Amino acid sequence: MSDPVILFFILGLIAGLSRSDLKIPGVLYESLSIFLLLAIGLKGGAALAQNNPSALLVPILVVTFTAMLVPVLAFLIAHYVGGYERADAGSLAAHYGSVSVVTFAVGSSYLTRLSVPFEGFMSVFLVILEIPGLLIGVALARWSAGDTRWGVLMHEILAGKSIVLLVGGLMIGYVSGEQGLASISPVFFTLFKGLLAIFLLEMGLVTAGRVADLKKSGIFLISFGVIMPLISAAIGIVTASLLGLSVGGATLLATLFASASYIAAPAAIRMAVPEANPSLSIGASLGITFPFNITVGIPLYYAASQWLLGASL
Amino acid sequence: MTSRLSVRKLITVICESCLEEAITSAAKEIGASGYTVSDARGSGAHGLRDGSWPENANIRIEILCDEAIATRILDLLLETYYSHYTMVTFVTDVGVLRPEKFQHRASQSQG
Repeated sequence: MSDPVILFFILGLIAGLSRSDLKIPGVLYESLSIFLLLAIGLKGGAALAQNNPSALLVPILVVTFTAMLVPVLAFLIAHYVGGYERADAGSLAAHYGSVSVVTFAVGSSYLTRLSVPFEGFMSVFLVILEIPGLLIGVALARWSAGDTRWGVLMHEILAGKSIVLLVGGLMIGYVSGEQGLASISPVFFTLFKGLLAIFLLEMGLVTAGRVADLKKSGIFLISFGVIMPLISAAIGIVTASLLGLSVGGATLLATLFASASYIAAPAAIRMAVPEANPSLSIGASLGITFPFNITVGIPLYYAASQWLLGASL
Repeated sequence: MTSRLSVRKLITVICESCLEEAITSAAKEIGASGYTVSDARGSGAHGLRDGSWPENANIRIEILCDEAIATRILDLLLETYYSHYTMVTFVTDVGVLRPEKFQHRASQSQG
Protein backbone atom coordinates (compact mmCIF):
# COMPACT_ATOMS: atom_id res chain seq x y z
CA MET A 1 0.00 0.00 0.00
CA SER A 2 2.07 2.86 -1.29
CA ASP A 3 1.25 6.52 -1.08
CA PRO A 4 0.06 7.52 -4.59
CA VAL A 5 1.97 10.81 -4.45
CA ILE A 6 5.25 8.87 -4.22
CA LEU A 7 4.20 6.76 -7.21
CA PHE A 8 3.71 10.00 -9.19
CA PHE A 9 7.30 10.93 -8.32
CA ILE A 10 8.51 7.54 -9.53
CA LEU A 11 6.48 7.91 -12.73
CA GLY A 12 8.17 11.27 -13.40
CA LEU A 13 11.57 9.72 -12.68
CA ILE A 14 10.95 6.85 -15.11
CA ALA A 15 9.58 9.21 -17.78
CA GLY A 16 12.64 11.45 -17.41
CA LEU A 17 15.15 8.61 -17.46
CA SER A 18 13.52 7.02 -20.51
CA ARG A 19 13.63 10.39 -22.30
CA SER A 20 9.90 10.60 -22.75
CA ASP A 21 8.68 13.81 -24.35
CA LEU A 22 6.59 14.46 -21.23
CA LYS A 23 7.21 18.00 -20.02
CA ILE A 24 5.52 19.99 -17.29
CA PRO A 25 5.58 23.63 -18.42
CA GLY A 26 7.72 25.94 -16.25
CA VAL A 27 4.67 28.11 -15.54
CA LEU A 28 2.82 25.17 -14.05
CA TYR A 29 5.81 24.39 -11.81
CA GLU A 30 5.74 28.00 -10.62
CA SER A 31 1.95 27.97 -10.12
CA LEU A 32 1.98 24.69 -8.20
CA SER A 33 4.79 25.81 -5.93
CA ILE A 34 2.84 29.00 -5.14
CA PHE A 35 -0.21 26.86 -4.36
CA LEU A 36 1.69 24.44 -2.10
CA LEU A 37 3.42 27.22 -0.16
CA LEU A 38 0.14 29.06 0.42
CA ALA A 39 -1.79 25.94 1.37
CA ILE A 40 0.83 24.88 3.93
CA GLY A 41 0.96 28.40 5.35
CA LEU A 42 -2.85 28.57 5.65
CA LYS A 43 -3.07 25.19 7.34
CA GLY A 44 -0.40 26.18 9.87
CA GLY A 45 -2.05 29.56 10.49
CA ALA A 46 -5.41 27.96 11.21
CA ALA A 47 -3.75 25.55 13.65
CA LEU A 48 -1.88 28.42 15.25
CA ALA A 49 -5.19 30.22 15.85
CA GLN A 50 -6.25 27.33 18.09
CA ASN A 51 -3.08 27.56 20.18
CA ASN A 52 -1.58 30.33 22.20
CA PRO A 53 1.22 31.61 19.89
CA SER A 54 3.28 32.87 22.84
CA ALA A 55 3.56 29.27 24.07
CA LEU A 56 5.54 28.60 20.91
CA LEU A 57 8.30 31.08 21.74
CA VAL A 58 10.51 28.64 23.66
CA PRO A 59 10.07 25.77 21.15
CA ILE A 60 10.94 28.17 18.31
CA LEU A 61 14.13 29.27 20.07
CA VAL A 62 15.15 25.69 20.86
CA VAL A 63 14.44 24.48 17.32
CA THR A 64 16.30 27.42 15.76
CA PHE A 65 19.30 26.73 17.95
CA THR A 66 19.56 22.98 17.33
CA ALA A 67 18.80 23.50 13.62
CA MET A 68 21.92 25.63 13.37
CA LEU A 69 23.99 22.52 14.05
CA VAL A 70 22.91 21.09 10.68
CA PRO A 71 24.61 23.59 8.34
CA VAL A 72 27.70 23.70 10.57
CA LEU A 73 28.04 19.89 10.50
CA ALA A 74 27.29 19.80 6.76
CA PHE A 75 30.03 22.36 6.15
CA LEU A 76 32.60 20.54 8.30
CA ILE A 77 31.88 17.21 6.61
CA ALA A 78 31.91 18.63 3.08
CA HIS A 79 35.03 20.74 3.66
CA TYR A 80 37.20 18.43 5.75
CA VAL A 81 36.01 14.97 4.75
CA GLY A 82 34.85 15.68 1.20
CA GLY A 83 37.67 18.11 0.49
CA TYR A 84 35.41 20.70 -1.14
CA GLU A 85 36.43 24.36 -1.35
CA ARG A 86 34.82 26.76 1.14
CA ALA A 87 32.37 28.03 -1.48
CA ASP A 88 31.05 24.60 -2.41
CA ALA A 89 31.00 23.36 1.19
CA GLY A 90 29.15 26.54 2.23
CA SER A 91 26.66 26.09 -0.58
CA LEU A 92 26.00 22.48 0.50
CA ALA A 93 25.65 23.69 4.11
CA ALA A 94 23.06 26.28 3.04
CA HIS A 95 21.05 23.73 1.05
CA TYR A 96 21.04 21.16 3.87
CA GLY A 97 20.56 23.76 6.59
CA SER A 98 17.48 25.13 4.87
CA VAL A 99 14.32 23.07 4.38
CA SER A 100 12.19 21.58 1.61
CA VAL A 101 8.51 22.44 1.59
CA VAL A 102 7.54 19.49 -0.60
CA THR A 103 9.37 16.99 1.61
CA PHE A 104 7.42 18.44 4.54
CA ALA A 105 4.16 18.10 2.55
CA VAL A 106 4.95 14.46 1.74
CA GLY A 107 5.74 13.87 5.44
CA SER A 108 2.42 15.26 6.60
CA SER A 109 0.61 13.33 3.88
CA TYR A 110 2.36 10.14 5.11
CA LEU A 111 1.25 10.74 8.71
CA THR A 112 -2.29 11.65 7.66
CA ARG A 113 -2.58 8.42 5.68
CA LEU A 114 -1.54 6.42 8.77
CA SER A 115 -3.91 8.56 10.93
CA VAL A 116 -1.01 9.65 13.13
CA PRO A 117 -1.83 13.02 14.71
CA PHE A 118 0.77 15.80 14.76
CA GLU A 119 0.91 19.34 16.13
CA GLY A 120 -0.67 21.75 13.64
CA PHE A 121 1.91 24.42 14.32
CA MET A 122 4.71 22.37 12.71
CA SER A 123 4.55 24.62 9.65
CA VAL A 124 5.63 27.53 11.83
CA PHE A 125 8.94 25.68 12.21
CA LEU A 126 9.01 25.27 8.43
CA VAL A 127 8.99 29.06 8.06
CA ILE A 128 11.54 29.63 10.82
CA LEU A 129 13.95 26.99 9.51
CA GLU A 130 14.13 28.45 6.00
CA ILE A 131 16.35 31.31 7.10
CA PRO A 132 19.22 30.49 9.54
CA GLY A 133 20.62 27.63 7.46
CA LEU A 134 20.99 29.88 4.43
CA LEU A 135 22.69 32.63 6.41
CA ILE A 136 25.12 30.23 8.11
CA GLY A 137 25.95 28.55 4.80
CA VAL A 138 26.76 31.88 3.16
CA ALA A 139 28.75 33.05 6.20
CA LEU A 140 30.85 29.87 6.17
CA ALA A 141 31.41 30.13 2.41
CA ARG A 142 32.52 33.75 2.64
CA TRP A 143 34.38 33.58 5.97
CA SER A 144 37.47 35.43 4.80
CA ALA A 145 36.19 36.91 1.54
CA GLY A 146 34.63 39.88 3.31
CA ASP A 147 32.73 41.26 0.32
CA THR A 148 29.31 39.73 0.97
CA ARG A 149 26.40 42.07 0.36
CA TRP A 150 24.37 40.97 3.37
CA GLY A 151 21.65 43.51 2.68
CA VAL A 152 21.06 42.11 -0.79
CA LEU A 153 21.12 38.56 0.58
CA MET A 154 18.64 39.33 3.36
CA HIS A 155 16.33 40.90 0.79
CA GLU A 156 16.71 37.88 -1.49
CA ILE A 157 15.70 35.55 1.39
CA LEU A 158 13.04 37.59 3.18
CA ALA A 159 11.36 38.93 0.04
CA GLY A 160 11.77 35.61 -1.78
CA LYS A 161 8.52 33.94 -2.71
CA SER A 162 8.93 31.05 -0.22
CA ILE A 163 8.93 33.32 2.80
CA VAL A 164 6.36 35.78 1.43
CA LEU A 165 3.85 33.02 0.67
CA LEU A 166 4.47 30.91 3.78
CA VAL A 167 4.34 33.85 6.17
CA GLY A 168 1.45 35.41 4.24
CA GLY A 169 -0.48 32.12 4.34
CA LEU A 170 0.23 31.73 8.07
CA MET A 171 -1.08 35.21 8.80
CA ILE A 172 -4.20 34.81 6.65
CA GLY A 173 -4.86 31.42 8.26
CA TYR A 174 -4.28 32.80 11.75
CA VAL A 175 -6.54 35.83 11.25
CA SER A 176 -9.30 33.86 9.51
CA GLY A 177 -9.25 30.75 11.70
CA GLU A 178 -10.57 27.36 10.64
CA GLN A 179 -14.11 28.66 10.11
CA GLY A 180 -13.07 31.67 8.09
CA LEU A 181 -11.05 29.44 5.79
CA ALA A 182 -14.04 27.17 5.11
CA SER A 183 -14.98 29.13 1.99
CA ILE A 184 -11.57 28.61 0.34
CA SER A 185 -10.80 25.19 1.78
CA PRO A 186 -12.06 23.27 -1.32
CA VAL A 187 -9.21 24.80 -3.34
CA PHE A 188 -6.45 24.77 -0.74
CA PHE A 189 -7.19 21.67 1.34
CA THR A 190 -9.45 19.33 -0.68
CA LEU A 191 -7.34 19.63 -3.84
CA PHE A 192 -4.05 19.59 -1.94
CA LYS A 193 -2.98 15.98 -2.42
CA GLY A 194 -3.94 15.85 -6.10
CA LEU A 195 -1.92 18.95 -6.90
CA LEU A 196 0.96 17.70 -4.74
CA ALA A 197 0.89 14.56 -6.91
CA ILE A 198 1.28 16.61 -10.12
CA PHE A 199 4.07 18.61 -8.52
CA LEU A 200 5.86 15.39 -7.58
CA LEU A 201 5.49 14.15 -11.17
CA GLU A 202 7.41 17.26 -12.21
CA MET A 203 9.95 16.74 -9.41
CA GLY A 204 10.56 13.24 -10.77
CA LEU A 205 11.31 14.70 -14.21
CA VAL A 206 13.63 17.33 -12.73
CA THR A 207 15.41 14.74 -10.57
CA ALA A 208 15.95 12.53 -13.63
CA GLY A 209 17.67 15.52 -15.24
CA ARG A 210 20.19 15.68 -12.36
CA VAL A 211 21.38 12.10 -12.75
CA ALA A 212 24.04 13.15 -15.27
CA ASP A 213 25.49 15.56 -12.67
CA LEU A 214 25.64 12.78 -10.11
CA LYS A 215 27.64 10.51 -12.39
CA LYS A 216 30.32 13.20 -12.46
CA SER A 217 30.26 13.99 -8.77
CA GLY A 218 31.38 10.67 -7.35
CA ILE A 219 30.92 8.52 -4.30
CA PHE A 220 31.44 11.18 -1.61
CA LEU A 221 28.54 13.37 -2.72
CA ILE A 222 26.21 10.39 -3.07
CA SER A 223 27.03 9.17 0.46
CA PHE A 224 26.72 12.73 1.74
CA GLY A 225 23.22 12.95 0.24
CA VAL A 226 22.14 9.92 2.31
CA ILE A 227 24.19 10.27 5.51
CA MET A 228 23.62 13.99 6.06
CA PRO A 229 19.80 13.69 6.30
CA LEU A 230 20.20 10.79 8.73
CA ILE A 231 22.42 12.88 11.02
CA SER A 232 20.05 15.88 10.77
CA ALA A 233 16.98 13.73 11.40
CA ALA A 234 18.62 12.38 14.56
CA ILE A 235 19.18 15.95 15.80
CA GLY A 236 15.53 16.68 14.93
CA ILE A 237 14.16 13.72 16.87
CA VAL A 238 16.26 14.52 19.94
CA THR A 239 15.06 18.12 19.77
CA ALA A 240 11.45 16.95 19.49
CA SER A 241 11.81 14.75 22.54
CA LEU A 242 13.32 17.67 24.51
CA LEU A 243 10.26 19.73 23.57
CA GLY A 244 7.85 16.92 24.38
CA LEU A 245 6.34 16.75 20.88
CA SER A 246 4.12 13.85 19.85
CA VAL A 247 5.44 10.98 17.71
CA GLY A 248 3.86 12.64 14.64
CA GLY A 249 5.41 15.99 15.53
CA ALA A 250 8.82 14.38 16.05
CA THR A 251 8.56 12.65 12.66
CA LEU A 252 7.81 15.96 10.96
CA LEU A 253 10.56 17.83 12.80
CA ALA A 254 13.03 15.10 11.80
CA THR A 255 11.76 15.36 8.22
CA LEU A 256 12.26 19.13 8.26
CA PHE A 257 15.78 18.82 9.67
CA ALA A 258 16.64 16.10 7.16
CA SER A 259 15.24 17.88 4.12
CA ALA A 260 17.42 19.97 1.84
CA SER A 261 16.19 23.07 0.07
CA TYR A 262 15.95 23.29 -3.69
CA ILE A 263 13.71 26.34 -4.11
CA ALA A 264 14.94 29.10 -1.81
CA ALA A 265 18.57 28.02 -1.33
CA PRO A 266 19.66 27.68 -4.98
CA ALA A 267 18.36 31.15 -5.85
CA ALA A 268 19.94 32.82 -2.81
CA ILE A 269 23.27 31.00 -3.10
CA ARG A 270 23.56 31.70 -6.83
CA MET A 271 23.61 35.41 -6.08
CA ALA A 272 25.51 35.36 -2.76
CA VAL A 273 28.18 32.74 -3.53
CA PRO A 274 28.48 32.75 -7.34
CA GLU A 275 31.75 30.80 -7.33
CA ALA A 276 30.02 27.72 -5.87
CA ASN A 277 29.17 25.11 -8.47
CA PRO A 278 25.35 24.87 -8.46
CA SER A 279 25.21 21.39 -9.94
CA LEU A 280 26.98 19.97 -6.83
CA SER A 281 24.49 21.16 -4.23
CA ILE A 282 21.39 20.85 -6.41
CA GLY A 283 22.55 17.44 -7.58
CA ALA A 284 22.93 16.26 -3.99
CA SER A 285 19.80 17.86 -2.55
CA LEU A 286 17.50 17.06 -5.43
CA GLY A 287 19.19 14.05 -7.00
CA ILE A 288 19.74 12.07 -3.80
CA THR A 289 18.39 13.57 -0.59
CA PHE A 290 14.91 14.45 -1.85
CA PRO A 291 14.12 10.97 -3.31
CA PHE A 292 15.80 9.34 -0.29
CA ASN A 293 13.71 11.31 2.18
CA ILE A 294 10.34 10.78 0.53
CA THR A 295 10.80 7.05 -0.08
CA VAL A 296 12.98 5.68 2.74
CA GLY A 297 13.64 8.59 5.08
CA ILE A 298 10.17 9.55 6.28
CA PRO A 299 9.07 6.00 7.25
CA LEU A 300 12.44 5.60 8.96
CA TYR A 301 12.07 8.85 10.93
CA TYR A 302 8.59 7.74 11.95
CA ALA A 303 9.90 4.40 13.21
CA ALA A 304 12.76 6.12 15.05
CA SER A 305 10.37 8.63 16.66
CA GLN A 306 8.07 5.82 17.77
CA TRP A 307 11.01 3.96 19.24
CA LEU A 308 12.56 6.92 21.06
CA LEU A 309 9.40 8.69 22.26
CA GLY A 310 7.56 5.43 22.94
CA ALA A 311 10.46 4.25 25.11
CA SER A 312 10.66 7.47 27.10
CA LEU A 313 7.01 7.39 28.12
CA MET B 1 14.23 54.18 -46.80
CA THR B 2 17.65 53.04 -45.54
CA SER B 3 18.82 56.64 -45.37
CA ARG B 4 16.61 57.11 -42.33
CA LEU B 5 18.39 54.34 -40.44
CA SER B 6 21.32 55.02 -38.15
CA VAL B 7 23.75 52.45 -36.90
CA ARG B 8 23.63 51.47 -33.23
CA LYS B 9 24.90 48.49 -31.24
CA LEU B 10 22.63 45.63 -30.29
CA ILE B 11 23.99 43.69 -27.31
CA THR B 12 22.43 40.27 -26.85
CA VAL B 13 23.13 38.49 -23.56
CA ILE B 14 21.92 34.93 -23.08
CA CYS B 15 22.36 33.98 -19.44
CA GLU B 16 20.79 32.20 -16.49
CA SER B 17 17.51 33.76 -15.46
CA CYS B 18 18.60 34.71 -11.94
CA LEU B 19 20.76 37.49 -13.43
CA GLU B 20 17.86 39.44 -14.94
CA GLU B 21 17.52 42.02 -12.21
CA ALA B 22 21.29 42.48 -11.70
CA ILE B 23 22.16 42.97 -15.37
CA THR B 24 19.21 45.10 -16.43
CA SER B 25 19.57 47.48 -13.51
CA ALA B 26 23.33 47.77 -14.10
CA ALA B 27 22.71 48.50 -17.82
CA LYS B 28 20.26 51.24 -16.92
CA GLU B 29 22.74 52.69 -14.45
CA ILE B 30 25.45 52.75 -17.10
CA GLY B 31 23.12 54.73 -19.34
CA ALA B 32 21.16 52.32 -21.55
CA SER B 33 17.74 53.76 -22.22
CA GLY B 34 15.94 50.42 -22.08
CA TYR B 35 16.12 46.69 -22.64
CA THR B 36 14.02 43.70 -23.70
CA VAL B 37 14.02 40.39 -21.84
CA SER B 38 12.61 37.12 -23.15
CA ASP B 39 12.71 33.55 -21.91
CA ALA B 40 15.17 31.34 -23.76
CA ARG B 41 16.01 27.66 -23.98
CA GLY B 42 19.05 25.99 -25.43
CA SER B 43 22.12 23.87 -25.01
CA GLY B 44 25.80 24.69 -24.71
CA ALA B 45 28.82 24.38 -22.46
CA HIS B 46 26.54 23.95 -19.41
CA GLY B 47 24.45 21.22 -21.01
CA LEU B 48 20.77 21.42 -21.78
CA ARG B 49 19.01 24.44 -20.27
CA ASP B 50 15.38 23.65 -21.00
CA GLY B 51 13.64 25.99 -18.56
CA SER B 52 11.73 23.12 -16.96
CA TRP B 53 12.29 24.76 -13.58
CA PRO B 54 13.80 28.04 -12.40
CA GLU B 55 17.36 26.80 -11.80
CA ASN B 56 17.48 25.53 -15.34
CA ALA B 57 16.03 28.56 -17.12
CA ASN B 58 17.80 31.01 -19.42
CA ILE B 59 16.83 34.48 -20.55
CA ARG B 60 17.83 36.64 -23.50
CA ILE B 61 18.48 40.29 -22.70
CA GLU B 62 18.65 42.68 -25.65
CA ILE B 63 19.99 46.21 -25.25
CA LEU B 64 20.17 48.86 -28.00
CA CYS B 65 22.71 51.58 -27.29
CA ASP B 66 25.61 53.59 -28.67
CA GLU B 67 29.13 52.28 -28.79
CA ALA B 68 30.36 53.99 -25.61
CA ILE B 69 27.64 52.43 -23.48
CA ALA B 70 28.05 49.07 -25.20
CA THR B 71 31.74 49.01 -24.25
CA ARG B 72 30.97 49.78 -20.62
CA ILE B 73 28.26 47.13 -20.43
CA LEU B 74 30.58 44.52 -21.94
CA ASP B 75 33.34 45.46 -19.47
CA LEU B 76 30.92 45.03 -16.59
CA LEU B 77 29.75 41.62 -17.80
CA LEU B 78 33.32 40.48 -18.28
CA GLU B 79 34.51 41.66 -14.87
CA THR B 80 31.55 40.73 -12.73
CA TYR B 81 29.71 37.80 -14.20
CA TYR B 82 31.65 35.89 -16.82
CA SER B 83 33.76 33.76 -14.51
CA HIS B 84 30.92 32.27 -12.49
CA TYR B 85 27.72 32.33 -14.51
CA THR B 86 26.33 30.62 -17.59
CA MET B 87 26.53 33.40 -20.15
CA VAL B 88 27.00 34.17 -23.85
CA THR B 89 27.15 37.71 -25.21
CA PHE B 90 27.38 39.01 -28.76
CA VAL B 91 27.19 42.46 -30.28
CA THR B 92 25.92 43.36 -33.73
CA ASP B 93 25.52 46.57 -35.69
CA VAL B 94 21.90 47.25 -36.43
CA GLY B 95 19.99 50.01 -38.20
CA VAL B 96 17.51 51.83 -35.99
CA LEU B 97 14.89 54.49 -36.52
CA ARG B 98 14.90 57.43 -34.10
CA PRO B 99 18.59 56.97 -33.10
CA GLU B 100 18.36 59.64 -30.41
CA LYS B 101 16.44 57.10 -28.30
CA PHE B 102 19.52 54.93 -27.98
CA GLN B 103 22.05 57.57 -27.01
CA HIS B 104 23.73 57.97 -23.64
CA ARG B 105 21.02 59.39 -21.42
CA ALA B 106 23.15 60.83 -18.64
CA SER B 107 23.00 64.36 -20.05
CA GLN B 108 19.20 64.24 -20.29
CA SER B 109 18.16 62.45 -17.15
CA GLN B 110 20.79 63.16 -14.57
CA GLY B 111 21.46 66.83 -15.44
